[in-house]
Amino acid sequence: MNKIILIIKREYLTRVMKKSFLVTTLLVPLIMFGFYIAIIGISMQGNNDIQKIAVIDNAHLFNGKIKSQKKELRFFIINNETEASFLPKYKKLGYTSFLLIPADTSKVYKGKFILHSETSVNIITMDDIQELINNNIRTKQLLANGIDPQKFEEATKDVYIENTIETKEGSKKSVAAVSYGVAFFCGILIYIMMMTYGTQVLRGVTEEKTNRIAEVIISSVKPFQLMMGKIIGIGAVGLTQFLIWLILLIMVQFAIPVFFPEVIQNMGQSNAMASENVQIASITLEGLSALPIGKIAGCFIFYFLTGYITYASIFAAVGSVVSEDHQEAQQLITPVMMPILMGFVIMTKAVNDPNSTLAVFGSIFPLTSPIVMMGRITSDVPTWQLALSMFCLIGSFILFTWITAKIYRTGILLYGKKITWREMIKWAFVKN
Amino acid sequence: MNLIELHQLKKHFATQKAVDDISFNIKEGSIFGLLGPNGAGKTTLIRMITGIFLPDSGEILFNGKKFNPNDDVSKIGYMPEERGLYKKMKVGEQALYLAQLKGMSRGDAMKNLTKWFVKLEMESWWNKKVEDLSKGMSQKLQFVTTVLHQPQLIILDEPFSGLDPVNANLIKEEIYTLAKNGATIIFSTHRMEQVEEICDQIALINTGKKILDGTVHQVIQDFKENIYKIGIDGTYENLNPSLFTIIQHKQNEIKLKLNEGITTNQLLQYFINQQVSIRSFEEELPSLNDIFIKLVENSSASRTFLQQN
Repeated sequence: MNKIILIIKREYLTRVMKKSFLVTTLLVPLIMFGFYIAIIGISMQGNNDIQKIAVIDNAHLFNGKIKSQKKELRFFIINNETEASFLPKYKKLGYTSFLLIPADTSKVYKGKFILHSETSVNIITMDDIQELINNNIRTKQLLANGIDPQKFEEATKDVYIENTIETKEGSKKSVAAVSYGVAFFCGILIYIMMMTYGTQVLRGVTEEKTNRIAEVIISSVKPFQLMMGKIIGIGAVGLTQFLIWLILLIMVQFAIPVFFPEVIQNMGQSNAMASENVQIASITLEGLSALPIGKIAGCFIFYFLTGYITYASIFAAVGSVVSEDHQEAQQLITPVMMPILMGFVIMTKAVNDPNSTLAVFGSIFPLTSPIVMMGRITSDVPTWQLALSMFCLIGSFILFTWITAKIYRTGILLYGKKITWREMIKWAFVKN
Repeated sequence: MNLIELHQLKKHFATQKAVDDISFNIKEGSIFGLLGPNGAGKTTLIRMITGIFLPDSGEILFNGKKFNPNDDVSKIGYMPEERGLYKKMKVGEQALYLAQLKGMSRGDAMKNLTKWFVKLEMESWWNKKVEDLSKGMSQKLQFVTTVLHQPQLIILDEPFSGLDPVNANLIKEEIYTLAKNGATIIFSTHRMEQVEEICDQIALINTGKKILDGTVHQVIQDFKENIYKIGIDGTYENLNPSLFTIIQHKQNEIKLKLNEGITTNQLLQYFINQQVSIRSFEEELPSLNDIFIKLVENSSASRTFLQQN
């Protein structure tokens, strides 16, 4: 027992002390956080440049004046000019772009207007202009037909449906998009972590074998101890990484209000005055706080560990039969990758439809369940399904480590021979 | 007292009988040469003694008791023919780790390691990575990690390959010292001249079977063919063939094979009577190499064996 701890310690420390671990664990989320801050920051500041837009209103839609609710957009109606005469000189006159409204009114209402500019107009400005012009036209039309625009506005107002979850601690607002996002994110994360750390086990085992250190080590410890020590050590690295990310995530939650107090002020009230991005950020935070974070993190750790150990033991068995050739490993690994990929595909479906037969099956079948169950986790998974899924996974975890340990024990000492799956399976069931 | 006793040890794999009914004993404190061509079953035999493989049948006694891999592996140090160390790990850490896996405490391991590093002038290597060591250097490190936990039994598979003569001598001296201090050493090799020089006792294995064992002296005596070299002045004709057959007759030297039942004294008497002036007289003993080639000649593995020597 003491020896397996030594092995775990070595596997863990040699990986955690590496610079690359520090970089991926700390730098990647920091960069992502930095981007996030930058995006929120930029979108909240908005564009300070004032855009002067010249309009030739051939249809006389605006009676010489266009109202703009946005400070940074200014419209100027140009009289006594034609498209051909104005096009060469609008830039010189200080306009950013120039919008031509055709004279033919039938074209006005369904057709397209043309905005001339020297460089492409960015999408937000484009949206703003379109919205302004459309509003103006609509108001004009309403007035022409004797409808009070204000009454029309009230009559066509959308209602906003909010999902509230009643829990013992009180009610919380749920946000469908957020729980979808979290489920998807968890599924992908577990997929990536299983792949990354699984292949690390494969590489570690192959390295030990080709370095010939394996024989030295197993003259001191049992092959099973070496295999499990490696798997657990690398799994602990994955868990460490996950916990660091969790802590960073919590820190981000605290950091957002510090950087952007508006976001928190807007939580719980749909303030029409707040910018759209601030609203999205507030809703996201509210949605996150509505999710059962403890249950999700707990399930994540459980599914990561058992799923990872199941796959890692298979990867270890494959690694133990590879002598030198990496291509050889690639061939053997393909059938192992298939169920992982299948799990990933089912997961993408399960987040959309968490209670479909495929999703339920995928979340119970042990080779796909770690990934698929995480994709369903934010929906209300029946307890029996969760229990059955965990039970199956633990069962397969025991079965696979037992079988693969036998393959590993034979493979790790065998050199110079290409091993097929059939032979590996034979070793697994031979009494030894 | 025997440290190790092997009784009718067998290990069969699907395609071959790797070890087929091998028995021998190794005395405590002796240097034992385990010899045989490639594929003879040496590695399988060693793996059973180190607890890596379990024998199909037969038993191993260690210190007079049935060998128990769980407890006894800590009393064994094994250096495989194909050397293995973690390339990315630092020298000091690696040696400590391997010693701890053998059940040593970190403190004891550190104490012993410092002693060995000083003795073999390796102190400056402590923080080097193994991948930065030369082949000879990592060989020395491997040797140190093998003996660091003061094993009772040290198994060395080709310990001198890759070492320059200076370092090979250094390691050889250490092997003698270890044996003098009570450790038993199994020395597996193809290099016969080293075996003659170092080993007290040997066993030859071929195709999974033991062909012979005994002390080096005994084996050589058993296989000697009564061949003598006599240094003389000039050449002589008409020598009596009833005492011996001449193998080679050169200027100043006769090589001959003594006939059955004739003593060396009779031979010398004969030459003296013939008025031959004798300058030297020497028995020509077979080398282990000759003996082994002779013994494995008829096996399929002999060709590769001959190529290697």
